[in-house]
Amino acid sequence: MTAYHFLSLSIWLPILAGILVLAAGSDAHPARVRWIALVGALLGFAVTLPLYGGFQDDTPAMQFVELASWIPAFNITYHLGVDGISLWFILLNSFMTILVVIAGWVVIEKRLSQYMAAFLIMSGLINGVFAALDAILFYVFFEAMLIPMYLIIGVWGGPRRVYAALKFFLYTLLGSLLMLAAFIYLYFEAGGSFEILRFQMLPLPLGVQILIFIAFFLSFAVKVPMWPVHTWLPDAHVEAPTGGSVILAAITLKIGAYGFLRFNLPITPDASHALSGAMIALSLIAVVYIGLVALVQNDMKKLVAYSSISHMGFVTLGIFMFNAMGVEGGLLQMISHGFISGAMFLCIGVLYDRMHSRQISDYGGVVNTMPRFAAFFMLFAMANAGLPGTSGFIGEFIVTLSAVQVNFWYAALAATTLVFGAAYTLWMYKRVVFGEVANAHVAGLKDIGCRETLFLAVLVLAVLGMGLYPKVITDTLHASVQQLVEQASTPKF
Amino acid sequence: MSMYSLYLLIPLAPLAGALLAGLFGKQLGRKGSHTVAILGVAVSFLGSLVVAQDVLAGHLFNGTVYTWLTTEDVSLTVGFLIDPLTVTLMLVVTFVSLMVHIYTIGYMEDDPGYQRFFSYISLFTFSMLMLVMANNFLQLFFGWEAVGLVSYLLIGFWYTRPTAIYANLKAFLVNRVGDLGFLLGIGLILAHFGSLDYATVFERAPQLAHETVDWLPGGPASLLTVVCLLLFVGAMGKSAQMPLHVWLPDSMEGPTPISALIHAATMVTAGIFMVSRMSPLFELSETARSVVLVIGACTALFMAFLGIVQNDIKRVVAYSTLSQLGYMTVALGASAYPVAIFHLGTHAFFKALLFLGAGSVIHAMHHEQDMRRMGGLRRYMPVTYLTALVGSLALAGIPPFAGFFSKDAIIEAVQATDIPGAGFATFAVMAGVFVTAFYSFRMLFMTFHGAPRMDAHTREHLHESPWVITLPLVLLAIPSVLAGYLAMEPLVVGDYFGASIAVLPGNGGLHELREAWHGTGAFILHGVQSLPFWLALAGIATAAACYLKWTQVPALCMARLRGVYTLLDNKYYFDRFNEIFFAGGARQVGQGLWQTGDVRLIDGIMVNGSANLVGRLSMRLRRVQTGYIYHYAFIMIFGVFLLMSLWFVKA
Repeated sequence: MTAYHFLSLSIWLPILAGILVLAAGSDAHPARVRWIALVGALLGFAVTLPLYGGFQDDTPAMQFVELASWIPAFNITYHLGVDGISLWFILLNSFMTILVVIAGWVVIEKRLSQYMAAFLIMSGLINGVFAALDAILFYVFFEAMLIPMYLIIGVWGGPRRVYAALKFFLYTLLGSLLMLAAFIYLYFEAGGSFEILRFQMLPLPLGVQILIFIAFFLSFAVKVPMWPVHTWLPDAHVEAPTGGSVILAAITLKIGAYGFLRFNLPITPDASHALSGAMIALSLIAVVYIGLVALVQNDMKKLVAYSSISHMGFVTLGIFMFNAMGVEGGLLQMISHGFISGAMFLCIGVLYDRMHSRQISDYGGVVNTMPRFAAFFMLFAMANAGLPGTSGFIGEFIVTLSAVQVNFWYAALAATTLVFGAAYTLWMYKRVVFGEVANAHVAGLKDIGCRETLFLAVLVLAVLGMGLYPKVITDTLHASVQQLVEQASTPKF
Repeated sequence: MSMYSLYLLIPLAPLAGALLAGLFGKQLGRKGSHTVAILGVAVSFLGSLVVAQDVLAGHLFNGTVYTWLTTEDVSLTVGFLIDPLTVTLMLVVTFVSLMVHIYTIGYMEDDPGYQRFFSYISLFTFSMLMLVMANNFLQLFFGWEAVGLVSYLLIGFWYTRPTAIYANLKAFLVNRVGDLGFLLGIGLILAHFGSLDYATVFERAPQLAHETVDWLPGGPASLLTVVCLLLFVGAMGKSAQMPLHVWLPDSMEGPTPISALIHAATMVTAGIFMVSRMSPLFELSETARSVVLVIGACTALFMAFLGIVQNDIKRVVAYSTLSQLGYMTVALGASAYPVAIFHLGTHAFFKALLFLGAGSVIHAMHHEQDMRRMGGLRRYMPVTYLTALVGSLALAGIPPFAGFFSKDAIIEAVQATDIPGAGFATFAVMAGVFVTAFYSFRMLFMTFHGAPRMDAHTREHLHESPWVITLPLVLLAIPSVLAGYLAMEPLVVGDYFGASIAVLPGNGGLHELREAWHGTGAFILHGVQSLPFWLALAGIATAAACYLKWTQVPALCMARLRGVYTLLDNKYYFDRFNEIFFAGGARQVGQGLWQTGDVRLIDGIMVNGSANLVGRLSMRLRRVQTGYIYHYAFIMIFGVFLLMSLWFVKA
């Protein structure tokens, strides 16, 4: 396996394509830029396919491992690998990048090449986050990935982009510095190694575990985001261009939950158990409180942003159930949320491109002028509301089932999303899409064309495919999740 | 063709119809679309007939189609359970659906959404079949929510009408409240039974009969009672039992064919079907059955009252549906599951008939639904009138029409029951008979008898509906007359359901009913000598008196009983309460959490506050950097001095 370097390819190919786009393109030749970007994104996705094709689902071990020395003085290595937990995020990320390139095809008029390059480079860096097995390598990708995102919001963003970026910065700064400190501590404990898998073996006393847990928690909880460190997300979404929102919701949020699974649970299992009450409480607050907040939003993007936070509450709830069902449910919820939130933001983008407004009250009766779009939007709205048969159902269903086994009331509170999720999503849909044509702008709307139909249809296939046959995914999760749950349940001192 | 492929074909044929009509409606055209949709459902109906034959011959099936996913040691599957209960529902669903498909050709002929409508109703047939054919809770839930989706789409079919898009959102959300209970019930089943397969769960149920759960505030409670009650909450949503009934009357905003298909004959009976399916669980919990009984009785009686004050023809039928669903629920509570399914079947025929009859009237009246502007229609629409008369007689429970048998069986069964609440339930179903007969004939008289009250233009255009509309009416009228007479003995008395429904000895009134059975003729004879029959006649007579003879009486009653009328006219204020308390309350709480929690506390104090703090501190710190070299030199010298003194002290 190692002979083929698919992981390195999935990281560096998009980055190279991004650099090529920057070098080759200018706003004078938009067609050239678009096609190079598209080919880069397609190739980037193509090289991740063998990861699934060659994946052995009967072992929890890291696969497609690549190991090279990077900074020998500190024993920092270029160490990559995937297991069942990270595999799907690399695929998902590379897949969504294609859609983002297509979505920005004609919409972005200013600095097209930089826009495309930022997404391609970010795509590679995010793959690096999921593939890194060396803590410093992880850290570098983790921080570097933010730069393109800052630029995307800052350059192509809305009027309050500076405030949004500042908020994002304040939130992330503290956490990631503490995470670095934790890495350095673990480096010395591990006898001079930054291997994440070594970190997971270290016997640590409870007090130390709790400190390390908190350091990781601050970093990852912001990313998820968990209540109460979530308020950057609605602002970031509102200001980001459509593509930025898609990647932010579909991929970036997953890094936080991935961090919990890769670092908190295996490295500090006892602290995870000790603090699980608080984690569950925060998750349930996310589901219920944020569900109610989403209900009263007037801005479509804010509404979907809050809905994302609420859905991610299921992920963290599942993770801290400490059983395989909960963790798998959380992973399924993450993958599905990638498709659905991406689709929701793309749908809002379709409307925004035409009307230049995200206010629900500016719309009404869109179905009369855009019936084809309305059908797509309906399907994604239903998926967002967790309808069985769509991918949105699986994660919530499995996490709820696993929560009943731990405590009935956790499940009862979490399951309120059946009502709240349907209420905020379908109420928005009703006000935007149904009804008589509300105003002259809506009357003049043009239905989606081939390009938009293409990316929405691809997402429909993903949402329905996953909803009807999730076994394809769960089969690859079992071995790694089983090992993780065992690690998380084995006391370390 | 093997039976297994036939089982697959039955749900997939309507799905194919739905996809073709939905995705390629434009290319297929109107005719092509309705042809593929009807073909799909017809295949399904014929297939169901073949399967029914096979089941009667004793060939049952319980097997997996495919594994949906596996997690831990649980594997969740999609699979079919084909037994007498399933096949009964399959026949009802596909037959009514086929009738509605044909009827739609006429009813929706001018509608621009013609193809879309066919796509939806075929999709509904698929979902409903998946629901009834399920052999496990996952697929049951899948079908359960899928029919809810189609119901949502169809209530809001005319999406520019504000009332329609309000009603469909309401229907979906109220159903979701029920589904919340249902999902938690399923979760508890998995947690305690370790499986979601019906067969496994039912097999293990007796061993868990004395298991208790200790997380309820009132102390330990029986596990099975909690499970059954949670499942029943789901049934209350779908089958519109009080207080989750509020969505069904509003669902009449949808086109009439779907009121018949979904909101009378099939989807709303899903809850009844589900509880019957779960009879091995409900039989083990008397408390749960008591609750079922009382809720059913309340729905049967109180919803019937509301039928009296409605003037919209469809709403009368809608409240009648609510009330009849209450009757079925009462039968469930009395452990008379076969009777509930029997009433479900007869009701499906005569209620679909009444709805489609109402639709035929509405069609002829140019979409006028107010009965106060109708009257005398029987002269113009003889077929519609006669079939509506059959439907009303069946609904009122006059022998030998179908409703008589099933309703009388329910009353007999509940009379022979002695669990808590049975006394009230007996009273409610008895009183309900009078009210039912009254409102159904009130509707018949107001619509078809008396002087015509419509405007001249409408009157000139009045004519009987085309054959595609009247044919289904006639085809539905036949079972509305015969189904009770023919099916009573095998379904209720005989062992038709076999092991698919469990009734423990000593539970409920089914056993008494069976013991007292002396043939269909004797049942009719006994029926006309007992109270319900006379109550029904009294109801019809009262309606005749009020709406044919002394037509000033209703207005007089209304004036004298103003308080009661206001209460009924406002539907007991359920809607008002929900709007203010739940819908308004949720928005207010959301607004409060957002403005106070997110904006003021988290953003205002934590985020911007810390940013401000850093800002202010930096303003102070900035002053240290004065730019004068002598300041820096002084501080440096001072520092060196300090360090050296420390060094000396330590040394």
